Amino acid sequence: MIEARGLSKRFQDKKRGEIRAVDNVTFRCQPGQIYGLLGANGAGKTTTLRMLATILEPTDGTAVVCGYDVVENPEKVRANVGFLSTATALYPRLTAQELVEYFGRLNGLDEAVLKKRVDEIFQRLDMNDFRDRRCDKLSTGMKQKTSIARTLVHDPPVMIFDEPTLGLDIMTARTITAFIRECRDRGKTVIFSTHIMSEVEKLCDVIGVIHDGKLLTKGTLARLRDQYGEHDLEEIFIRVVSPLQTKVEV
Amino acid sequence: MDLKTVGIVYRKEFTEWVRDRRTLISTVLVPLLIFPIMIVGIVGVSSAMVGKAKQETPKVMIIGGENSPKLLANLSKFENIEIVPYASNWKDQISNKEVRAAAEIPRGFETSLESGSPQTVKIYYYEGELKSSFGADRVEKFFKDYRDSVVKERLAAKNLPASVLSPFEVKQENVAPPEKVSGATIGTFVGYMVIILSMTGAIYPAIELTAGEKERGTMETILSSPISRLDLVLGKFLLVFSASIAAAILSVTSMGTSFAVLSHVHLSDSGGQALQLNLGWLSVVFVFLMALPLSVLFSALLMTIALFAKSYKEAQSYLTPITFVAVIPAIASVMPGVELTPKLALVPVLNTSLVCKEIMTGTYHWSSIAVIFASTCAYAAVALFLAVKTFQRESVLFRS
Repeated sequence: MIEARGLSKRFQDKKRGEIRAVDNVTFRCQPGQIYGLLGANGAGKTTTLRMLATILEPTDGTAVVCGYDVVENPEKVRANVGFLSTATALYPRLTAQELVEYFGRLNGLDEAVLKKRVDEIFQRLDMNDFRDRRCDKLSTGMKQKTSIARTLVHDPPVMIFDEPTLGLDIMTARTITAFIRECRDRGKTVIFSTHIMSEVEKLCDVIGVIHDGKLLTKGTLARLRDQYGEHDLEEIFIRVVSPLQTKVEV
Repeated sequence: MDLKTVGIVYRKEFTEWVRDRRTLISTVLVPLLIFPIMIVGIVGVSSAMVGKAKQETPKVMIIGGENSPKLLANLSKFENIEIVPYASNWKDQISNKEVRAAAEIPRGFETSLESGSPQTVKIYYYEGELKSSFGADRVEKFFKDYRDSVVKERLAAKNLPASVLSPFEVKQENVAPPEKVSGATIGTFVGYMVIILSMTGAIYPAIELTAGEKERGTMETILSSPISRLDLVLGKFLLVFSASIAAAILSVTSMGTSFAVLSHVHLSDSGGQALQLNLGWLSVVFVFLMALPLSVLFSALLMTIALFAKSYKEAQSYLTPITFVAVIPAIASVMPGVELTPKLALVPVLNTSLVCKEIMTGTYHWSSIAVIFASTCAYAAVALFLAVKTFQRESVLFRS
């Protein structure tokens, strides 16, 4: 489970002064659920997820992931999390297998368990054809599968996806969305950030709309439709982030 | 700190390192090949040029000498030079390399020689031009031999032995063992090269493992794993340090082998007279020991600075001036007259370079060695601490 409690992050910028990238964000994400963090570019999605993955430290507030506090036990949190984004690239000179094994070892798996686990994942993701190929020689789809294998190698109960389909072709994007669904079906806690409405509609059980670092609304898609009197998620999103803007009639 | 995790990071970085062609060039090929190429290149080209210059029979012009037919006759019989007719533009001809040298014989040379009046034969040549110098040398040799023969004739006429001019000989003899001679000549160079190459060997991996990770987008990947920042930095640091040491060891091995081969070649060429280029290997080992903490300092410092950069190119521009900062004290130490003093023993790089110079000449001032080793270790520890702290700074890791 993920529980964010008043999570905040401020940065100092030489030109703009203090920037509140994330401002007092509170939400809860349950196992077997996909929580969709919906927001425009620069809304604070990546910073929120990086704080949950303990890559960044919160300025105020905290979050508890699988019972571990992100500030007090960051290494324990990371051991329970699989983090995937388009920014998490692969080591070019390692083979797909070496890369997955490396992250397995960093997660403390012993060699016997690791071998079994790697064989199982490579079989499941149909990666055996390129397991000995260097990552810099892989196609985009193969790279994404390798990234997925990396996040799965230690079988984490929590999965964090930061705009995982950004810039990918439709086939590769479908592999990712199928994988996200599979994570939920296996009972994992999944949080997923995007600005693509259709992905949210298809995937998410709970939606949180984030804008200017603040979590403006949250709930199931059905509840948001009721609350804002709109069926289309894009219209709901616009109503949430700029309430004064009138609906564009076509 | 978890040594097992540090080892996992190190093994992974090592695997990537040996698979990187650029690394192999900077850490292995350059240190291995630079000395053989330099030595074969410089020695080969220079000996070929000297040999060619020596084979040539230089054209020499005689200025004056009309009243000295005996001298001119002897000169024309001298086989090592070719006499060319006099021309008023002889200076231009020497400059244009048409003539190698010119000898100006004073008016009434032979008459003055008979009467015993002092006189000077001037030899003109073009300084810096090898063939011109050789030409001038041969002309000078002719005149010196001619002078000696005149002296011998005069002594014989007065029934005096030739030894009357040199009643005793003066000769210098070396008592220093060969390695000490080598230490004084090339030893300073060894210390300097160990220091410079231990730094240049660290530059590429230091960039690759910091700014390179940021540029490729793997920094976020590794930071999302459960490894602690301390273990991550130590694993990376050990790889940079290994590269630094590898470059230094390879370069000194290559340099030692090149010098040994050169000594051997010179030995056979010179009919048994050895060129003093053998290194004292115990001194070399000591130089390495002294360079170890300096290598730690370089590796940690270069990593810390390179981490501030967002890209490989940016890191290169940061590290280039740092290279000069390290190279200048190393160069200063090989300058004649720069000696190790208690104050200089605390200046990083310069202190190690100076003590290496002393070690290579067989001088072991243990108190200075201890101070320098301890102070460099302290600087290295500070640099390593800074590297760990920098890796914990979000503003550096995620600089945008």
